[in-house]
Amino acid sequence: MNSEQASIASVTDRVRAVQIGAPVTSAYFLKDRAAFVCGEEKVALVNQQGEITNVEVHGGGILSAVSDGERIVMGGDDGKVVALDAKGEVAVLATDPKRRWIDNVAAHSDGTIAWSAGKTAYVKSPKGEEKSLEVPSTVGGLAFAPKGLRLAIAHYNGATLWFPNMAATAEFLAWAGSHLSVAFSPDNKFLVTAMHEPALHGWRLADNRHMRMTGYPGRVKSMSWSADGKFLATSGADTVIMWPFATKDGPMGKEPAMLAPMQARVAAVACHPKQGVLAAGYSDGTVLMVRLEDGAEILVRRNGTPAVSALAWNARGTWLAFADEEGNGGLLEL
Amino acid sequence: MAETTSEKIPVTVLTGYLGAGKTTLLNRILSENHGKKYAVIVNEFGEIGIDNDLIIGADEEVFEMNNGCICCTVRGDLVRIMEGLMKRRGKFDAIIVETTGLADPAPVAQTFFVDEDVQKNARLDAVVTVADAKWLSDRLKDAPEAKNQIAFADVIVLNKTDLVSKGELSEVEARIRGINPYAKLHRTERCKVKLSDVLERGAFDLDRILDIEPDFLEPGDDHDHDHDHHHHHDHDHHHHDHTHGLKHYHDEEMQSLSLKSDRPLDPMLFMPWLQQLVQAEGQKILRSKGILAFADDDDRYVFQGVHMMLEGDHQRKWKDGEKRESRVVFIGRELPEELIRAGFESCIVSK
Repeated sequence: MNSEQASIASVTDRVRAVQIGAPVTSAYFLKDRAAFVCGEEKVALVNQQGEITNVEVHGGGILSAVSDGERIVMGGDDGKVVALDAKGEVAVLATDPKRRWIDNVAAHSDGTIAWSAGKTAYVKSPKGEEKSLEVPSTVGGLAFAPKGLRLAIAHYNGATLWFPNMAATAEFLAWAGSHLSVAFSPDNKFLVTAMHEPALHGWRLADNRHMRMTGYPGRVKSMSWSADGKFLATSGADTVIMWPFATKDGPMGKEPAMLAPMQARVAAVACHPKQGVLAAGYSDGTVLMVRLEDGAEILVRRNGTPAVSALAWNARGTWLAFADEEGNGGLLEL
Repeated sequence: MAETTSEKIPVTVLTGYLGAGKTTLLNRILSENHGKKYAVIVNEFGEIGIDNDLIIGADEEVFEMNNGCICCTVRGDLVRIMEGLMKRRGKFDAIIVETTGLADPAPVAQTFFVDEDVQKNARLDAVVTVADAKWLSDRLKDAPEAKNQIAFADVIVLNKTDLVSKGELSEVEARIRGINPYAKLHRTERCKVKLSDVLERGAFDLDRILDIEPDFLEPGDDHDHDHDHHHHHDHDHHHHDHTHGLKHYHDEEMQSLSLKSDRPLDPMLFMPWLQQLVQAEGQKILRSKGILAFADDDDRYVFQGVHMMLEGDHQRKWKDGEKRESRVVFIGRELPEELIRAGFESCIVSK
């Protein structure tokens, strides 16, 4: 424990340790169980008593995962798109005929899902209707807009905005470089991508004005919108970088807020679903809860442990789940 | 971090012009009984005759980096594939990346320098180029890609030697040497080469830069060249016959440049000069390598680079009795030889 951790409030003794037994890449909550998605093959469902139920979901690596709150949709190197629901049941939603890797998945609140293999993005409605769109290069990330059925597809040199149910050609937002993940702001006004170089890029959707968000020492792999939608919290630096999106100009011409500085890289961020609090996991294993208003910190896990790879809140914000690259996890009830 | 080289997964890049025999070599590597499991990244499915669930199709997407460096390109698909493969660590021992016949090896190699995550998990082992003994000489004339692949190679598998005469073979070897005298060259039929000659080479491992000497071919069955050299000193010297009877070709476009100094270099002059040189001429310089003796420094310094990217480190103490000599080699296209030589000279400590 270093000095910066010694001086802050700690809830480490209230964390229920969970041994997943395999590297964890992301975490979600399905009803009252935490779901830890592993690097390959399985998801570990953990109830509030810490009891683990392993569910086989893929016959190989799990390359992508997302949750719509009801289920987790995953893509694997077995060419399958599968869904796991709160009962622990697995459904195969799609199979790539050439068994290509399913690099990305997205889930819409109306039950529509999207996935990509190579340069092609697919959507499938709850009724089973499937459509696809090919973009100029391999898809880096997918995200549904919060309103309407609109899919953002990140790729090399920009992002494509596609209304799968409309005949109009997809809109292309250009910006040089490789765009690897993508997110809409909750108010549907901005689109943000995380790039291969350590930077974010944003577009204001009303007029496609560019927003450059640079200065990171490392690639941004984790982004999370604050509960009120006013901030985008990001990993990639040794503090949590918070870009302001409260005004109509978004972060244009503004400096980001920096919270929870540590002597380690922020690896994962997850904003609380209801309050102005976020959880941050670091490359040295530290997990903190941070109040957005004043940056006050509470220690959830100490440093000197494997890098944090997954963080999740349940929908009501009463439980926090975390896990690391070596499969050590924890559950905290607030 | 605490990651050491040995924990990183070695990656072999397999290049070669169309039809040279890359797939033959790949099938040999995969089918031979070596107890190792390879993940293979190929550009075309279906050519591999081996059942392996870790064969991944690639798209060969070459991306420019947004860092203002025009020759700084990476294989975007490789970044993605490596990320996916790392989720299955423990399921394979090494990775082989097969490129298409028309590919430039540089973006593949640069991916392993530029990308933080790739670098953390994997290390480039060597660029292995398969060349067709019968057709390479022609391809070197009409296909810039073929020349690139030879220039870039750490190991050259000169294949289909059974289809050419002895004379044609020494002709094509001389052409290869005119471009890249430093790669290890192996003559093969149907790519029959010892796997230890193409895998686990550590060609990009700074600790294994031992010596930079041209790779003189073993005389093989051409013993008479040696005899010439030893017994007939009187009539052969005007041929400048220093490569054991091989013809000496100078490739007009692609060549290597070797610099040497017995006197120590000034690190305060050399390092900025080298940085500036690769910044300015990095597009022309495909590969660079050096063992350096700096003034007032008991450690050998080694470096290697691909285009504008350099990495270097103190390697070890100079041994007692070891000649403290600096050697630097560049392989590249239309290298500004005079400029480079003059620059290097200016870094030598004057007495």
